[in-house]
Amino acid sequence: MYAGVSSLLQQASRGGISNYLGKMRASDLLHPRPEGLYCPPGDFFIDPVRPVNRALITHGHSDHARSGHRAVLATRQTLDIMGLRYGEGFAGTTQAAALGETIALNGVTVTFHPAGHVLGSAQIAVEHQGRRIVASGDYKRQKDATCESFEPVKCDVFITEATFGLPVFRHPPDSEEIARLLKSAAQFPERSHLVGAYALGKAQRVMRLLRDAGFDRPIYIHGALAKLSDYYQNQGIDLGRLEPATVESGGKDDFTGAIVIGPPSAFADRWARRFPDPISCFASGWMRIRQRAKQGGVELPLIISDHSDWDELTATIKETGAEEIWVTHGREEALVRWCELEGIAARPLHLVGYEDEGD
Amino acid sequence: MNRFAELLDRLVLTPSRNGKLTLLTDYFRSVEDPDRGLALAAITGDLSIAAVKPAMLRTLVIERMDPVLFGYSYDYVGDLAETVSLVWPQPPGDPPDHSPTLAEVVAKLQAASRSDGPKVLARLLDSASISARFAIIKLVTGGLRIGVSARLAKQALADLGQVDVAEIEELWHGLTPPYAGLFAWLEGKAERPEKTALALFRPVMLSNAVGDGDLEKLDPADYAAEWKWDGIRVQAVCEGGVRRLYSRTGDDVSGAFPDLAEAMDFSAALDGELLVGDPQATGTFSDLQQRLNRKSVTPKIQQRYPAFMRCYDALQIGDEDLRALSFRERRGRLESFIGTLDPSRFDLSPLVEFPDWTALEELRRAPPHPIIEGVMLKRWDSPYLTGRPKGPWFKWKRDPHTVDAVLMYAQRGHGKRSSFYSDYTFGVWSGPEGAEELVPVGKAYFGFTDEELKQIDKYVRDNTIERFGPVRSVRADRREGLVLEVAFEGLNRSTRHKSGVAMRFPRISRLRWDKPAAEADRIETLQALLDS
Repeated sequence: MYAGVSSLLQQASRGGISNYLGKMRASDLLHPRPEGLYCPPGDFFIDPVRPVNRALITHGHSDHARSGHRAVLATRQTLDIMGLRYGEGFAGTTQAAALGETIALNGVTVTFHPAGHVLGSAQIAVEHQGRRIVASGDYKRQKDATCESFEPVKCDVFITEATFGLPVFRHPPDSEEIARLLKSAAQFPERSHLVGAYALGKAQRVMRLLRDAGFDRPIYIHGALAKLSDYYQNQGIDLGRLEPATVESGGKDDFTGAIVIGPPSAFADRWARRFPDPISCFASGWMRIRQRAKQGGVELPLIISDHSDWDELTATIKETGAEEIWVTHGREEALVRWCELEGIAARPLHLVGYEDEGD
Repeated sequence: MNRFAELLDRLVLTPSRNGKLTLLTDYFRSVEDPDRGLALAAITGDLSIAAVKPAMLRTLVIERMDPVLFGYSYDYVGDLAETVSLVWPQPPGDPPDHSPTLAEVVAKLQAASRSDGPKVLARLLDSASISARFAIIKLVTGGLRIGVSARLAKQALADLGQVDVAEIEELWHGLTPPYAGLFAWLEGKAERPEKTALALFRPVMLSNAVGDGDLEKLDPADYAAEWKWDGIRVQAVCEGGVRRLYSRTGDDVSGAFPDLAEAMDFSAALDGELLVGDPQATGTFSDLQQRLNRKSVTPKIQQRYPAFMRCYDALQIGDEDLRALSFRERRGRLESFIGTLDPSRFDLSPLVEFPDWTALEELRRAPPHPIIEGVMLKRWDSPYLTGRPKGPWFKWKRDPHTVDAVLMYAQRGHGKRSSFYSDYTFGVWSGPEGAEELVPVGKAYFGFTDEELKQIDKYVRDNTIERFGPVRSVRADRREGLVLEVAFEGLNRSTRHKSGVAMRFPRISRLRWDKPAAEADRIETLQALLDS
């Protein structure tokens, strides 16, 4: 009798009081395995890092979307992006999930909701026996003309990223950052501005922000950006005139005063030698920290992020109404501490294989 | 405040001098008085604001947020001013509709008493944006550390007004923040400010290096020769009881050399070299180093390393401006004037007699004192001219030392060189035979041609062992490694470097692709130079 009560109490404290009342335990619905986040009743993984039978993919960044799964369920755009990156045979079979559409997998209900991270990105709500967990993947709340805005989903457990999970990360409005880039381009008309930006999402967002700020000259791009940028344009996101930043098109003078966008790694590479006295810029949430900019040799840091900053993370946690928060990739401890102060149950969810540095 | 904050943020990350100048002149052009003048004063170190201690800053922020979250944040960022500027919570309610100007910030900080200083600071931080908060904290904690010297700021002013920087330097010490009259003149809206202050700086005359074939065209009889002393060029000016000791660029360095300043009881403007020791026993460069880059100096150091001035020119004596006179005449005046000064603090730079260039070359190669770095040639009939006119003054330096060292680390450059590994750390061998190790002895980022830069860059990329951010360590052992011939002007003892030596003005003079790494020099070769 005595032992029975104590085991019930233990169970209650592990899974929240509600499972005592009949709901299934959250950790029985989703829990980490070496391959990734696994749902036993539905027999699927979310963003697995190794090949599995069935994978649900939140978005097309390569640490979340890998090739070689037998069956992949993702938004149409995420599937297209995976096809562009890995070639058509990236998975055995694919199924497109429409946003908001309910899909049943072995009795488990899954729904994709926009995450506001990059084109095609989605949160995945997993529901079973009255319990709903939302795996948000990567997300941001700042408005972004290149993808659908994040939609808060009420849930019991919210799985949040913590890339910028420290109170020091406060992203300014992206329009201010682009204004600084354009100001610098006007101040140094004899030099070129090389903007480092991740090939999927950030690069196209920067292009679009430049257009929205009235910049109508051609934007020069590194070859690694061409396919994805074309895809964005085909999806109806107008990025204006993009030109390859090739030497064949002329000598150094051609890039005088130009804005060039490429993956960050390219600017340390010999590729960058074709530009006249370039000013190196980097569009990333990491640029909030001066030392990060300095170490990377960045002269003009642009604080433009596709992840939530501290204020967005904490506001979103409150909006979901979740009674429990699982914190993954990034600086988990500060966000867990904040939840503690707010009286929300929270714990780090140790998933392996994700970059907590990419932005 | 936001514009000043933006300027600081850009300057600290802009490595090129020209880039900094553009940012500064654009700022001075686009920002109104008195903000731009106060920014100028903050940069040149002429703005006085009561300091706030870092501990106080910490207390202020802990009162406003969870200490654990602050701890995580500070650990991550590593810089207190930056952390506080980022985590400072916005006070509840609507954000203020007015962000404070630099002038308002400075006025509030200057008016604050010691006791209400922290409260005033907190209110300012409440009303400011993130980067403005950082700038405010930098102002109150002292030291902007943005890599801009007072000299560079003056050059930006000169660019703004299309005048010679010497004109700004000459006026500078008579001006006070926020420099409205100076800006008005530079923008052509007012006359040049009057030189009313006493003991102002006189822009100095500089020399050119002797180039190939220069001497063949010159008649030795037209020139006087002096030793080139490797101290600090100074100008001692005393006028109407005001004494100032200026550096070559017009910075007042009296504070660092109170012993010399105290002995300046004359009415004149003298040009010369500040050295350490006394005129009978001149100290070496390492002795001089004990007196450099110090804000204040203890009596003990002053006694052990007394400063004196070896004079070589007189720009003014009494009320008479001598600059239009010939060197021969000025020298005569100086020789008779020097006898009236304290002989332990002032002496005359002796002339070096020479019949022809060959004889002088021999003297240049074997100077009588280690702190001599060559000879100076001065045309007997030349007036004292501002700047670096070609012809009247030449410097003819001793040949540099060289050492064969092995490339150890390479760092990516900036701007035009941002895709090249262009900054090289090199080392020489130390340790017993059979267990030799490379010990780094210096860093150089010039001296090579563009073609050589490409070759070294390729070598670095092909032989990388490890990467640390923008730095790569390259293969360097007894069997493999790139030997660089490094030229340098001199060697100092250093407690900050593992090798115990610090090179002066090192540069790459040759790439020794032919030389095996094991045959590079040993540390003992350099140590021998130290002791000579």
